[in-house]
Amino acid sequence: MTTTSPAPSTGVDAPGRVVTRVRTLRTDRWWLPPLLTFLGLTAFLVYGLVRTAMQNYYWVAEHHFLTPFYSPCMTMSCLPEAAHFGRPFPEFPALVPYAIIGLPFLLLFRLTCYYYRKAYYRSFWLSPPACAVTEPHRGYSGETRFPLIMQNVHRYFFYAVVVVTAINTYDAILAFSGENGFGIGLGNLILVVNVLLLWGYTLSCHSCRHAVGGRLKHFSKHPVRYRLWTWVTKLNTRHMEFAWITLGTLILTDAYIALLSAGVISDLRIVN
Amino acid sequence: MTEIERHGYDVVVIGAGGAGLRAAIEARELGKRTAIISKSLFGKAHTVMAEGGIAASMGNINSRDNWQVHFRDTMRGGKFLNNWRMAELHAREAPQRVWELETYGALFDRTEEGKISQRNFGGHEYPRLAHVGDRTGLELIRTLQQKIVSLQQEDYAQYGDYEANLKVYAECTVTEILRDGGAIAGAFAYWRETGRFVVFETPTVVLATGGIGKSFKVTSNSWEYTGDGHALALRTGASLINMEFVQFHPTGMVWPPSVKGILVTESVRGDGGVLRNSEGKRFMFDYIPEVFTSQYADSEDEADRWYEDADNNRRPPELLPRDEVARAINSEVKADRGSPHGGVFLDVSDRMPAEVITKRLPSMYHQFMELADVDITVGPMEVGPTCHYVMGGVQVDPDTAASSVPGLFAAGEVAGGMHGSNRLGGNSLSDLLVFGRRAGTGVASYVDSLTARPAINGHDVESAAAAAVNPFGDGTESARENPYTVQQDLQQTMNDLVGIIRKADEMELALKKLDELRSRADTVVVEGHRQFNPGWHLALDLRNMLAVSECVTKAALQRTESRGGHTRDDFPAMDPHWRQVVLVCTAGSDGVEVACEQQPAMRDDLLELFERTELEKYYTDVELPEESL
Amino acid sequence: MAYQQHFRVWRGDAEGGELADFDAEVNEGEVVLDIIHRLQATQAPDLAVRWNCKAGKCGSCSAEVNGRPRLLCMTRMSTLDPDETVVVTPMKTFPVIRDLVCDVSYNYTKAREVPAFVPPKELQPGEYRMQQVDVERSQEFRKCIECFLCQDTCHVIRDHEENKESFSGPRYLMRVAELDMHPLDAAAEQGVDRKAGAQDDHGLGMCNITKCCTEVCPEHIKITDNALIPMKERVADRRFDPFFPIAKLFGRRWAS
Repeated sequence: MTTTSPAPSTGVDAPGRVVTRVRTLRTDRWWLPPLLTFLGLTAFLVYGLVRTAMQNYYWVAEHHFLTPFYSPCMTMSCLPEAAHFGRPFPEFPALVPYAIIGLPFLLLFRLTCYYYRKAYYRSFWLSPPACAVTEPHRGYSGETRFPLIMQNVHRYFFYAVVVVTAINTYDAILAFSGENGFGIGLGNLILVVNVLLLWGYTLSCHSCRHAVGGRLKHFSKHPVRYRLWTWVTKLNTRHMEFAWITLGTLILTDAYIALLSAGVISDLRIVN
Repeated sequence: MTEIERHGYDVVVIGAGGAGLRAAIEARELGKRTAIISKSLFGKAHTVMAEGGIAASMGNINSRDNWQVHFRDTMRGGKFLNNWRMAELHAREAPQRVWELETYGALFDRTEEGKISQRNFGGHEYPRLAHVGDRTGLELIRTLQQKIVSLQQEDYAQYGDYEANLKVYAECTVTEILRDGGAIAGAFAYWRETGRFVVFETPTVVLATGGIGKSFKVTSNSWEYTGDGHALALRTGASLINMEFVQFHPTGMVWPPSVKGILVTESVRGDGGVLRNSEGKRFMFDYIPEVFTSQYADSEDEADRWYEDADNNRRPPELLPRDEVARAINSEVKADRGSPHGGVFLDVSDRMPAEVITKRLPSMYHQFMELADVDITVGPMEVGPTCHYVMGGVQVDPDTAASSVPGLFAAGEVAGGMHGSNRLGGNSLSDLLVFGRRAGTGVASYVDSLTARPAINGHDVESAAAAAVNPFGDGTESARENPYTVQQDLQQTMNDLVGIIRKADEMELALKKLDELRSRADTVVVEGHRQFNPGWHLALDLRNMLAVSECVTKAALQRTESRGGHTRDDFPAMDPHWRQVVLVCTAGSDGVEVACEQQPAMRDDLLELFERTELEKYYTDVELPEESL
Repeated sequence: MAYQQHFRVWRGDAEGGELADFDAEVNEGEVVLDIIHRLQATQAPDLAVRWNCKAGKCGSCSAEVNGRPRLLCMTRMSTLDPDETVVVTPMKTFPVIRDLVCDVSYNYTKAREVPAFVPPKELQPGEYRMQQVDVERSQEFRKCIECFLCQDTCHVIRDHEENKESFSGPRYLMRVAELDMHPLDAAAEQGVDRKAGAQDDHGLGMCNITKCCTEVCPEHIKITDNALIPMKERVADRRFDPFFPIAKLFGRRWAS
């Protein structure tokens, strides 16, 4: 089963190496994590695409709930009361997401995120599908060329997303004041938890960790930034968890609001 | 015979551990073309196993520390058998050697002021060990390795060749040192990878091969520790001293069997770990020898207070020198108060919080978790003595590390004298640095003093080559021994008969068995070919192991007292008359010969560092200075 | 407690080889290296394996167990199913010398290409002052035992021999990070730009942070999160962030 062969001079079977003739000798279910990642990310993308293209069911008038998928809503197509920042843009044609101002940044922030990069390089591009499993590509240049070299601008998407997450926070705060004044319902809790987790994901970002203190050579000369860095570092070890949990809470939040908005269910109220 | 690869150097260093690398750095910096020959890959030396730290009286934690105190501790630890000049040089120069490492890029743990942090260790009066968590040896090796790379980069910038003046021959084993007349002319080696031979033409050889632990069954030493340097020195005509002193580290792992002997660092005790027997008793209080009663606490309360207030309390007895602790554990186990797997309990779990343990002792946590499935933050470790270090080695001139053979030098564990009858923890890494560097300067001035280069005799090369291929046999052997079996039997013999507690009849039996093993080793036949053949490598190492085992046994038989790393059941007391005697092993026509030599007398100003009452415990009345002093 | 288990161990050299079958006894508490030694002592005396400390401290016995890069001395038999065949092969990324022993000289070549620590000129030995918080990051990387498992598992060179020229692998990118974070490294004063070096000489851009190096590290060093990504961010400061130089104009302290 295994011999070395004088085969190609490059790649995984270069001369002198062990040739196993199999992609991997791993006997565990190495294919499972990338498969689950693939399914999870695809499911989110499909859901997000469908929902943002719907142009409907994003606002619960009674409780002033706005789904994050439509925030900030700044087109003339938006319901005026859902447009917390005015409607400077003209009406959008069908299928174009109303939150066109924020969504691309959210998408690009996650697309260039150091965790998601690992996740989709492994699960979508199979580069590599799992550790010590040969990838199916002949050549490899990593992130040295266009377009992947653009991954390096991750920090700008981080800065933008801080703004978007602040808007989501603002939305969640406004939602405490519905048509009947102050009130708290399950929807509020969902919105708040979602926003907190979004902050968790955003602030645990590797670029954030670098910006607050990672780039320093002497922590001891910057005690405040060092303190910040240790906090972000703690969050950062959970970056992957935040990445997945927020995908879940985004869908949950949006689906809950959509169902409320469509009148399928009504919000479980705790206070007023 | 096919053409043998040849290289010419000013200096050949055998061994790429701390001493070898430091010697090579010095020789190269003094302009000598230097080769380092290593049985393993570069950076894998046994030095990486050292955990606790490097002893140097920098006084960063307690400013009362200075070289005199360090010297005193070293002499006490060695029971005054140390070569005083080596102990003096070591204590004086260690701080400089440690600071130097920082200029090579080492990153030690720090004090609040940003200085190098120092920790407590057995036998050291003040916190003295510069450390990095519990992986100090790794830091030392990596630092020296990277310094060598940086010197190679300088050569590359200047000559376009990284290896112009300093080259590492990794996975290469020296089997013979070649001489011209009496002086060193070269070294004969083989590449482990290909089995091909290589001859180094060099007027100097620095032995830095480490120890001999692989001759014992339970040992913390790696396969490399087959006493090559000791045996090469013997065969080259140099003498070995203090070979009867073998240190058994008190705390090695005892379970599971496959990791038996692996070291549990002394820092576990230095940082507060305590030893208990199966009855839960801190038994070390029962084993404080009289010579140490003034420095060690006799109650648990005082011992525990010492960690906070070392100036006003005596030290916990867990921090007695290694030989004392090892013997105590041995006695507890023999008295049936041991742990389930034949050791005693070493516990830190109830002494400090889990996060402190994982921070201060990360590799120990890791080692027990992964190898024994024991979480040291919640329960005790089981530990027992393991063969750790040989105090004996090549007799050298303290200042230059030169042996009696012109051109042959030795530094580190392979050199003898520095540690006397017992080495203090932490004194090994500093020994490597201090005497590694001294060997480097010694060897450089020897090269400078030469008027003509010695030449290698072609006949010597041929006989070295013939000896090296001998284990392959010619297919006509009637008896064929397996090298692995002979090694196992040797290890068992030394462990059982010349181990931690020794008796005359057992050692006489050991000598007989060693004779048998030697003839069996002659009939070892290995299979396969010369390319990376571990059976062959072992067969060649066997004769070295046998030679050093003979030295240890013969010297141990002769020394009729107990002192440091040499404990005689039949002579349990320390005898001041024996303090004056150094046992010297040389190669004779019929095996190893042991002779007595007078210990050089300590310089007066050093002797004055000790209280007369203390000296009385070690010296005979005649030797002591007048009462008026 | 002893039981028999089936092993397949790769035997051969640079010319070729194959998996050889062995049955061996396994005892409680043993690791794969114990079994390899048992095979040497009883069935295959010339079976080549590199090892030294047998305690996970020297990083010599790197190989692959059931296709996964591992230290043989730290792979306990109890973690493997007694009924399964255990396949032991040499590291895939490096040329085989014999049996389980590889030619790892690639690593030593790359090590030499990382500019060494530059001591600050103004400080004499003994005058170095560094704070614990400042040395901790580099100390983590200095835990490395150079087992080269991260190099072995890294697909950049494992799957693409041709990248060895331009890529130094996680071990040596981490070494660059270690020096760049060293509080007293004076490379910059000597005109050595470690960040540029990481990108241009050591191929940091080739890394696609798929974290296999971190997963495999027996010392549990967070290679990706603490060395590679911070280096990528440091390179981004210089190369991909137009505002960084402007920010620096306002205050040098921002990045000191």
